[in-house]
Amino acid sequence: MAEQKDDEILGKAYDAKLMKRLLTYIKPYRKYVVLAIFMNIVVAALPSLRPVLTKIAVDDKIANHDYNGLLLIISALFGILIIQSVIQYFLTYFTELIGQKTIYDLRTQLFSHVQKLSLKYFDKVPIGRTVTRVTNDVDALNEMFSSGIVEIFSDVFMIVWILVFMFWMSWDLSLVTLAVLPILIFATFLFRKKVRETYRDVRKHLARLNSYMQEHITGMNVVQIFSKEKDELKNFSAINKDHKDANIRSIFYYAVFYPFVELLNSIAIGLIIWYGGGEIIQKQLTIGVLFAFIQFVEMFWRPVRDLSEKYNILQGAMAASERIFKLLDDKTIIQNPVNPIRLNNFKGEIEFKNVWFAYNPGEYVLKNISFKINPGETIAIVGATGAGKTSIINILTRFYDVEKGSITIDGIDIKNIHEKDLRKYVSVVLQDVFLFSGDIKTNISLGNENISDDKIIEAAKIVGADKFISQLPEKYNEEVKEKGATLSVGQRQLISFARALAYNPQILILDEATSSVDTETEILIQNAIEKLLKGRTSIVIAHRLSTIQNADKILVMHKGDLKEIGNHQELLAKKGIYYKLYQLQYKDQEIIKTN
Amino acid sequence: MFKNLSHLKKYFKKYKNKILLGILFIVLSNIGGVYIPILLKNSIDDLKNNLHFDLVIKNVLLVIATSAVAGVFRFMIRQTIIVVSREIEYDLRQDFWQHIQKLPLRFFQNNSTGNIMAHATNDISAVRMFVGPSIMYSIDTGMRFFLILPIMLWMNTTLTLFALLPLPLLSFAVYLVMKKIHVRYTKIQEKFSDLTTKAQENFSGIRVVKSYLREDYEISQFEKESKEYLKRNMDLVKIRSLFQPIFYMIAGLSSIIVLWKGGTMIINNQLSLGTMFAFLTYLLMLIWPMIAFGWVANMVQQADASMKRLLKIFNEPYEISDSEKTNYEIKSVNGEIEFKNVKFRYKENLPFVLNNISFKIAKGSTVAFIGNTGVGKTSLINLIARLYDVTEGEVLIDGINVKSIPLQVLRKNIGLVPQDSFLFSDTLKNNIMYGLENQNEKIVEYVSEIAQLKKDVESFPNGFETILGERGITLSGGQKQRSSFARALAIDPKILILDDSFSAVDTHTEEEILKGLKNFMKDRTSIIISHRISTVKDCDKIFVLDNGKIVEEGNHLELLELNGIYADLHNKQLLEEELSELG
Repeated sequence: MAEQKDDEILGKAYDAKLMKRLLTYIKPYRKYVVLAIFMNIVVAALPSLRPVLTKIAVDDKIANHDYNGLLLIISALFGILIIQSVIQYFLTYFTELIGQKTIYDLRTQLFSHVQKLSLKYFDKVPIGRTVTRVTNDVDALNEMFSSGIVEIFSDVFMIVWILVFMFWMSWDLSLVTLAVLPILIFATFLFRKKVRETYRDVRKHLARLNSYMQEHITGMNVVQIFSKEKDELKNFSAINKDHKDANIRSIFYYAVFYPFVELLNSIAIGLIIWYGGGEIIQKQLTIGVLFAFIQFVEMFWRPVRDLSEKYNILQGAMAASERIFKLLDDKTIIQNPVNPIRLNNFKGEIEFKNVWFAYNPGEYVLKNISFKINPGETIAIVGATGAGKTSIINILTRFYDVEKGSITIDGIDIKNIHEKDLRKYVSVVLQDVFLFSGDIKTNISLGNENISDDKIIEAAKIVGADKFISQLPEKYNEEVKEKGATLSVGQRQLISFARALAYNPQILILDEATSSVDTETEILIQNAIEKLLKGRTSIVIAHRLSTIQNADKILVMHKGDLKEIGNHQELLAKKGIYYKLYQLQYKDQEIIKTN
Repeated sequence: MFKNLSHLKKYFKKYKNKILLGILFIVLSNIGGVYIPILLKNSIDDLKNNLHFDLVIKNVLLVIATSAVAGVFRFMIRQTIIVVSREIEYDLRQDFWQHIQKLPLRFFQNNSTGNIMAHATNDISAVRMFVGPSIMYSIDTGMRFFLILPIMLWMNTTLTLFALLPLPLLSFAVYLVMKKIHVRYTKIQEKFSDLTTKAQENFSGIRVVKSYLREDYEISQFEKESKEYLKRNMDLVKIRSLFQPIFYMIAGLSSIIVLWKGGTMIINNQLSLGTMFAFLTYLLMLIWPMIAFGWVANMVQQADASMKRLLKIFNEPYEISDSEKTNYEIKSVNGEIEFKNVKFRYKENLPFVLNNISFKIAKGSTVAFIGNTGVGKTSLINLIARLYDVTEGEVLIDGINVKSIPLQVLRKNIGLVPQDSFLFSDTLKNNIMYGLENQNEKIVEYVSEIAQLKKDVESFPNGFETILGERGITLSGGQKQRSSFARALAIDPKILILDDSFSAVDTHTEEEILKGLKNFMKDRTSIIISHRISTVKDCDKIFVLDNGKIVEEGNHLELLELNGIYADLHNKQLLEEELSELG
């Protein structure tokens, strides 16, 4: 097996810069934070009152046979219990609210930021990773924002209150009792450290186990073809065993630690009875104080444990926030012009002037391309795969910026047009139709409120999608599954045409799909395209003979060069690249037409 | 109830002794734990009555000693019962893996990797929680409760009844709260998955979003989902916030009652101060059992549901395996292949993918199958290696039905290069040697030469030791295909099957590969599936498949003369070649 790198890259537990930036997210909710801290102080004080009241009950009331006095103390204890419970409820509620609200803000900010990133970012970063940032990583901050920050106060106050009451009752007994405290603190932090180490170990082995399973489930056919089941089972057992052993190692620390704490507890109680007992015999201490101290010892343990746990929360939060901020700071954004030129009296004239373009520096996919499209004209771009057709779309819509040369619309360089203006006038229909989960209606309007239901239906009727939609049980409200899985390829295309038509752009860019559909749908699609292109400047990456023949001009691309321009007849007569392409790809389509 | 969990019996049996030992430790540690308050009671009463101080000291030492002894047993409990739970988790996962390794390709095509993974991780973990913590806490807390109860009753019956009054109610409250929490938690999970889907969809469809200027709308939609997520989280918080107050109530209420009732009894000389103290200590010890009860009840329910899902996978049939028909005498194959009236479909109500196919391939010859996507080429070759079994008819190798040949022998003799060249994230060398019993670097060199991998390997940082995949370098499509091809050659197969294995390899390299392969294939049978005429034109025989049937067959020249599908493909590809040489 290949050597595995450690999956758990854990950062520092505290990074002042990150923390400062994180805290800015809490700012809007500081009122809640202040309220929560205040409640914390109260809630921390109340339980420490209980041993005090118990002492009074034992020493003053019970010892003096004061029945009414006892009842009074009992009522006070009961009252405190109720108040403590109520405040605790709201305390938890508000701290969680702070956490949830801050991560909501952070999450939506992050999502909005991703919307602004250019396609270059999406080429570079796998989608899954971006999704994780927006979902899991943000959630990992919840605990720090909610309980993390506020509870530190509560733990500290709790310890302070207990110490105050203890010393107030008997300072020498306090000192004796607290003798075990350093051991408790030391043991707790040592335990945490050990557990953290083993936990990291467990995580590492779990990650290995998971990636092994993930990989071998995906490649199970290879395992089976090569009859490697036995060997792979051996490999799996080894990893599975490592995981088990790591877990068993971590059990050890738990197994030692909890009994040890109980032992410390007993020792503390023993000390109290031994030292306190001596004082009682000498009449320097009452038995109620003994009662109270034994209760205090039980109470000390929780805040110490909690404080040691905060380390983990902080560490997790730091790691997550570092990843989140890295994404937030990613500036792969297409820059909008400082003083954008508004497009008035839009005509729709497009010109490419000596355009050079590359996805990776130096590897040009478009070389010195120049052409002009007059308003209202339809241009078909043809060429073999890799000719550079899609790149023309990508730069015209400014999904990417050109390296050299310029693209103008109505004489204005598109770099000087605001992105929003540009996209408003130019719509793209992509080859692989992307449908969102939702219903058919919103897939046509994409949620645009300016597009009425009537307009949606009208658009669907024009492109011929209305027929199949009205046969669906819920018609336009029919649910579309993820990626449109329930619809056929042709149906999906018709919906995307309706979408483009509903938006009624001045310039339409259409990337025709190559996938074959049945003849009936093919006729529907051909008609739809004709209607779609009518009356607007259009650029079509064409695969259909019908579209090409109807175009005003055909641009023939070959390996990034613009090789031939002309209409169908002219280009055929030339017997050049177009002629060959025609023989190869389009000639067969004649049959459909004549049928 | 929980009949699914009863399937765990065999695992429990395996660790019976350790579990029984663990239970014994639970009993012993609890006896120790329960003894401590009695010692405390005696100490306080001794102090109160101002008697011998040395008795007090003796008690103190006893408390510490008892606590130490109980602690040792407590340590042993975790070392037995929790360790057993990890052992059982291991066994269960082991069985799970052994089982799914034997499942047919069909299973993996019908279930997503993510789905299978979820069973292997979440469900097994849930069952583990049942085996370990649930059982440990139920026995531990139950035991403690039944030890403490008689002592308390013996000390003072009335006070016991008063003290325990609120506990059942509160325990029930924990159960209810936990149940609600589970429901609401599931709702949060659902929304979280919606949120993930939304982000996933948006990022995948970012081109559409940008082209139609829908960013703001998408943001508002995402905000809506996030807000709902927030709301559902807060719904849970509303319930979960009850937890601590309930805990306070359990801990506080009973002690207050004891102080009140006990105090009154002391005033009336019916109770000693020490007894009251012992009661207070016992109550502290009973808090956890009360909470644990509700907690465990929920955990068991979840484990049962998980076990049910696991059993569903455990009950999947193997479909393809050795059977009573298998003839274990067969140790090797020669390589003559015959299909006799083979029909095949993926499911009962689906149309036939292969419809009455018959042909014979002589040992040592090279044949090709060509045809459009979806005509059944891959299905056909999958039948030879028994990745699927025929629906009707027979597949014979050396005249023997493949079902009679031991699966191991069959597959060891077939070098199948599937369409998607899957490589493991391991070194290139280990990938190529994957099918070999023993390491053999000479073979790696040899097959890499045939696969034209040598030049690529030289450019890799660590040559053959270079790690592939996520943790190493990413190979190009062509490099992957050639590596996967080399892997198949390395096992020295009698039958080599190439399923469109060079689609991402450029024609020139492909030619070189085929040239080198000729020598290698001398005494072996090879089957080539391709879209490219150039790949298949030198084969002894070429079959053209269409609609699940063989429509044309013959060698290159014969098929060209037929002027059918094959000839048409040939012409188109010639044109394509011409075109690509332009410019």
